[in-house]
Amino acid sequence: MSAVDAPAGARSGDTAGAGDRPPPPRRRRPRHLREYLLFLAFIVPNFFFVIVFAYWPVLYNAYLSLTSWNMLAPVKEFVGLANYTDLLTDGDFLDTLRITVVFVLGIVLGSMVLGLAIAVLLNERLVGRGFVRTMAFAPHILSGAAIGTIWLFIFDPNYGLLRPIFGVAGLASPNWMTSSTWALPGLIIVYLWKNMGFIATVYLAGLQNVPRELYEAAAIDGSGPWHTFRKITFPMLSPVTFFLVITTTIGTFQAFDIIALMTGGGPGNSTTILSWFIYQQAFKAFDAGHAAAAAMLMFVVLIIITALQARFLERKVHYR
Amino acid sequence: MTTSTVDSPARRPSRGGRVVRYVLLVVLACVVLGPIYWLVTSALKPTADIYTYPPTWLPNPLHLRWANFADAWHAAPFGRFFLNSLIVTAIGTAGEMLCATLCAYAFAFLRFPFKKVLFGILLGAMMVPGHVTLLPNYLTISDLGWINTYQGLIFPGLGSVFATFLLRQHMLTLPGEVLDAAKVDGAGHLRTMFRVVLPLSRPMLITAGVITLVAKWNDFIWPLIVTNSTNMRTVPIGLLFLKTQEGYNNWGAIMAATVLVIVPVLVVFFFAQRQIVAGLTQGATKG
Repeated sequence: MSAVDAPAGARSGDTAGAGDRPPPPRRRRPRHLREYLLFLAFIVPNFFFVIVFAYWPVLYNAYLSLTSWNMLAPVKEFVGLANYTDLLTDGDFLDTLRITVVFVLGIVLGSMVLGLAIAVLLNERLVGRGFVRTMAFAPHILSGAAIGTIWLFIFDPNYGLLRPIFGVAGLASPNWMTSSTWALPGLIIVYLWKNMGFIATVYLAGLQNVPRELYEAAAIDGSGPWHTFRKITFPMLSPVTFFLVITTTIGTFQAFDIIALMTGGGPGNSTTILSWFIYQQAFKAFDAGHAAAAAMLMFVVLIIITALQARFLERKVHYR
Repeated sequence: MTTSTVDSPARRPSRGGRVVRYVLLVVLACVVLGPIYWLVTSALKPTADIYTYPPTWLPNPLHLRWANFADAWHAAPFGRFFLNSLIVTAIGTAGEMLCATLCAYAFAFLRFPFKKVLFGILLGAMMVPGHVTLLPNYLTISDLGWINTYQGLIFPGLGSVFATFLLRQHMLTLPGEVLDAAKVDGAGHLRTMFRVVLPLSRPMLITAGVITLVAKWNDFIWPLIVTNSTNMRTVPIGLLFLKTQEGYNNWGAIMAATVLVIVPVLVVFFFAQRQIVAGLTQGATKG
């Protein structure tokens, strides 16, 4: 290298000088480029899986909802919106929607009320509240299949835990899971048990954030406990309520494992909610078109609910 | 939470009020613990004590029937179910955490045009309900010939939104001086990540990891549809299998199997209770 460069000593001096100067803009770009490439390399694995298994399926599902396809046969036939009109004029599907509404409202309202009541109780200085709070949270992380199995035994009309409890009141425990009247309330009870501790924990965090001065001011004004709760505590908790209502609603629409273990959508179709209907259509009846159309309806309903709740609660949230 | 400033605001309950509160606390404890107690005791009761009324509240400690566990183990190939669950949970969690960590680091520390838009696209995936992706993902995995395989069980769950979100939020709170110091030392991004950012993010890595772990262990609907041979089933599906197999005639064995399903999760919960609760309630308080 030196042998070649030696005759052009002046030029090599020039290059050295250029190296001492602040780098020209041309040299900065490759360094950015390297950072950009590193950024891409870091996000590509995650984006690959999210796009292939979350975004692409939405498009694919939308396409399937416009076809008639028995999954065992190779032919897909394009049928436009026929699957949607089929579903919305089908008595069984309308039943499913009605059951879904009862199920979701029962669980969301029930677990919000119970969760808030538990949070208010656990916010008091009581001996053992930390232990109870931890235990109440635990069902939230247990396998739904396990929870379903436990409660199936509890609901057993002859040997279950509920028989002596009903017995105290002089009542017979209903045959919960084989009765089309009691199966849905039974499922709702199980989901309340699973949800309430989680909701209470989130509410507790919210209660701790309510500024103490507000309560002091209310006490000076002679406000009673119920009035204080309605005028201060509950409004201050509205962002938490907003978050919880949305996440619980979305979660409840997708309830599946406990239903699979306890009722399998029955008896009859008395506990067939939308999520179970989709599973049935796709993997029991192999009717891809109707399953996909029902799934699209669920998607649209969830987006509308999120948007409506956002608009409705916007006015109630954060007024201080 | 323990400081007096945030407790019992501005009103002192009377003695009667306190009694009522303790009664409610006990009722709550019974409602929460009752089913778990019923599960654990039933798993150890001799058959005669299960099929009896009124129920035996305290199983006789001299006559615990451990054979219930053996019954469950023989009624269904639970050994195989456990192995499958362990493989799927371990590899799935490691893979998802790797995706999440790299992605979170990129969004927290690297420059890129339209980074906010890209992050929005990632978060948007949370709005897609699992039931919409179910059938298309099944078809994708089936086209790949991955039905009844570990790849089929694991791959669709590797993309991470929630864990990425948790990790990125945490990384953004790390003190800038520490990172600047690493930069002055001439550390590249890989070294900064492994030497500085990841050690400082350990609590959040544990939180995200444990939440991911529990979710994968409990996962039900995907393993149910992507496997159909008994030897590829996971533990939660094993409970359903046991239900059809035993037809709910042997409650002792079924309760024993259920104990086996929830014990690993309960153990993890008691060790990492603080992190799990903080992670899962994060969205509400920080969002």
